[in-house]
Amino acid sequence: MGRYVARRLLQMIPVFIGTTLLIFLMVYSLPGDPIAALFGDKAADPATVARLRHEYGLDQPLLVQYWNYLTGLLQGDFGQSFTGRPVADLMADAFPVTIRLALFAFGIEVVLGIALGMLTGLKRGKFIDQLVLVLTLVVISIPVFVLGFLAQFFLGFKWGVITPTVQDSMNLGQLAVPAVVLGALSLAYVTRLTRTTVAENLRADYMRTALAKGLPTRRRIGVHLMRNSLIPVITFLGTDLGMLMGGAIVTEGIFNVQGVGNTLYRAIQTSEGPTVVGIVTVLVLVYLVASLVVDLLYAVLDPRIRYA
Amino acid sequence: MRGATRAKWAVGTVAVALVVTACGGGGGGGGDGKGVLSSSWGDPQNPLEPANTNEVQGGKVLSMIFRGLKRYDPKTGEAKDAIAQKIETDDQRHYTVTIKKGWKFSNGEPVTARSFVDAWNYGAHIDNNQKNAYFFGYIEGYEKVHPESGKAGAKTLSGLKVKNDTTFTVALNQKFSTWPQTLGYPAFAPLPQAFFKDHDGWLKKPVGNGPYRIESYDKGSAMKLRKWSRYKGPDKARNGGVDLRVYTDNNTAYTDLQAGNLDLTDDIPAAQLKNAKADLGDRYINQPAGIIQTLTFPMHDRRWGGEKMAKVRQGLSMAINRKQITRQIFQNTRTPATDWTSPVLKADGGYKAGLCGKACEYRPAAARKLIEEGGGLPGGRVTVTYNADTGSHKDWVDALCNSVNKVLKDDKACVGNPVGTFADYRNQITAKKMKGPFRAGWQMDYPLIQNFLQPMYYTGASSNDGKYSNKQFDKLVDEANAEPDRQAAVKKFQDAQKVLAKDMPVIPLWYQNGSGGYTDRLSDVRLNQFSVPVYEQIKVGS
Repeated sequence: MGRYVARRLLQMIPVFIGTTLLIFLMVYSLPGDPIAALFGDKAADPATVARLRHEYGLDQPLLVQYWNYLTGLLQGDFGQSFTGRPVADLMADAFPVTIRLALFAFGIEVVLGIALGMLTGLKRGKFIDQLVLVLTLVVISIPVFVLGFLAQFFLGFKWGVITPTVQDSMNLGQLAVPAVVLGALSLAYVTRLTRTTVAENLRADYMRTALAKGLPTRRRIGVHLMRNSLIPVITFLGTDLGMLMGGAIVTEGIFNVQGVGNTLYRAIQTSEGPTVVGIVTVLVLVYLVASLVVDLLYAVLDPRIRYA
Repeated sequence: MRGATRAKWAVGTVAVALVVTACGGGGGGGGDGKGVLSSSWGDPQNPLEPANTNEVQGGKVLSMIFRGLKRYDPKTGEAKDAIAQKIETDDQRHYTVTIKKGWKFSNGEPVTARSFVDAWNYGAHIDNNQKNAYFFGYIEGYEKVHPESGKAGAKTLSGLKVKNDTTFTVALNQKFSTWPQTLGYPAFAPLPQAFFKDHDGWLKKPVGNGPYRIESYDKGSAMKLRKWSRYKGPDKARNGGVDLRVYTDNNTAYTDLQAGNLDLTDDIPAAQLKNAKADLGDRYINQPAGIIQTLTFPMHDRRWGGEKMAKVRQGLSMAINRKQITRQIFQNTRTPATDWTSPVLKADGGYKAGLCGKACEYRPAAARKLIEEGGGLPGGRVTVTYNADTGSHKDWVDALCNSVNKVLKDDKACVGNPVGTFADYRNQITAKKMKGPFRAGWQMDYPLIQNFLQPMYYTGASSNDGKYSNKQFDKLVDEANAEPDRQAAVKKFQDAQKVLAKDMPVIPLWYQNGSGGYTDRLSDVRLNQFSVPVYEQIKVGS
């Protein structure tokens, strides 16, 4: 187990270098000079541009820039944004917000999704099953931004339950609606995924054996059925956590949440390399760690899987 | 397909519903001067230093926390003395500035002549990377502290000298009669010693001498400004303060405004302009700003720059149906341009409608004839280049080309040529890669006719993107700058525009308005010439 984790952690290094290099190359090879663009429609002063380019290291060959960035990164230095703020600072503001939002959404989809999935899987063909199927179909077919605007309109305008946008991005209560919107799609997927595997495993031999052994229903469903049914669901959830963190751009935009999505969007608009690469690098790390955790959970759930 | 239909239905409903619920919020009133209003904001692009702020979001803050020697009257645009007691000159080149006594920064430091001189020296010096450094380019010694390449040869501008606490002298490197009127620009603001002693601390929470002080600043999300009770000037805040809230998407701000969750937005999304009038009624602001949009020809390109091509350039200008485009595409938030300046200058400041003459009117027959006489479009076609990432330029470029094509009775005569990013677009312009006319927008630095002409059309000027050069034009500008009498100077600048009308190196398209909206809690809301809300005048009701 320990050796497996160590190997996986070591594997992360080339993946990490590869992805950051790709993102770095993409952002920095965008045509045009982002420094000159800071001057707006007016002609930039060449002397100042040259100095700023030098300060940001933009006057060096791309690979040298990447090397400098990487060595800086290893010392915990994410570089500087064009507003003169360290990128680490920017991320320290944005990530706590997005992590809250993502974990909130994640919590909703795990608890509600698995519960609904179990329920419908066990009551296959019944009314509740049909109802949930239709509802999840609706959620899956509506784009997130429509869902967001609808929630904002009805809850924010019509009924005045919430303010249309988030006033304090760190306030959990205010993040509730955006979290529901953000998690809705994945919730539907988790429900359907759980339902299918539960329905399938119900017919498995070991379930019949458990029944024949006279095990109580709680143990049969809660341990034997659920444990075996969760493997595909956990695979999905693992990658989904990364999606929730990075894919909140639309939701954060609608509800004006000052998180990673909004910061990233602004940075991309101004071709602010250090910020874009920094944020995406952290997101890549989140993905990598999440997938490692998923793989480890497999072993917990399925005794047949052993990592040497 | 069910999902798609449903989504459309949903979007439609939201759109309709937004209109229906437009009227919300409580009753208005005079206000007791204590109410705090919230206003939409964007994260400033640059550190909030006066000489480093060149866009409207940072400009909002500076307009609240700083007062300079002069201040532009938000209504008339006239440069009025703020801290300046008097600014005197005998030769239009050497100025003596006397400031009023008793002004203070909100940290208690007095505003002295040194506050100005130090601030300007800081702004001009190349080591400080200030984006507005060029403002100090008229002061003697600028090329020493801000050389075109290499290290600075001096620490301070030789043209600036402190005489005593309230007086300093300025020597310019050329005659510039209207120079005192440029001093209302935030770049010329004074700075307290705290700025130099603890720069990082100052940037975290800037300290100025204006009617507001900054109470808290959460970078990237909000800034709270409160009325500064010991402010000396006549333009004291009529409200208790302003909360600036960052919105990444102006649609979201507009939604919040309609829900009464935000008091003021100065950026109505293009898609909502159609509804804004109906939604907000008289709480919709649409007033001229000092911005002119133009189509610039690459005069360095032989195919467009030739003398004979003047007729083609004029013809193209006549082929543009400005009225129709401003009405249909911009919902009248632009006004067809008939000169190269802006209505915010007022007649007094040199704005004169119709200076461009027939060349800026829609005249299909004359346009065809002129283009034919000039030898036709080079290669039979014209491409209009624009940046596609911001400002929804595609809509109007397409409409403009449509108009030209109709006039020339050729579907392929004019096509738009989008460039992916603004950065790349600027790059292509500076690298002289433009093969045809390209869009340009000029936002004035100060409400002076000089600022609309010299930086763009004078030979070798900093923003002369089309590389236009005409000796007669240059001569008229020089004469105007040396002219001590303001009206006579204005007259010369207008004569210079007549040269532009003849050459048409740049087609004036339309004057841009500032637009905004506010809730009925507020009254006395207006934008100044830089499309920044005049916050200190706003009254907040309950």
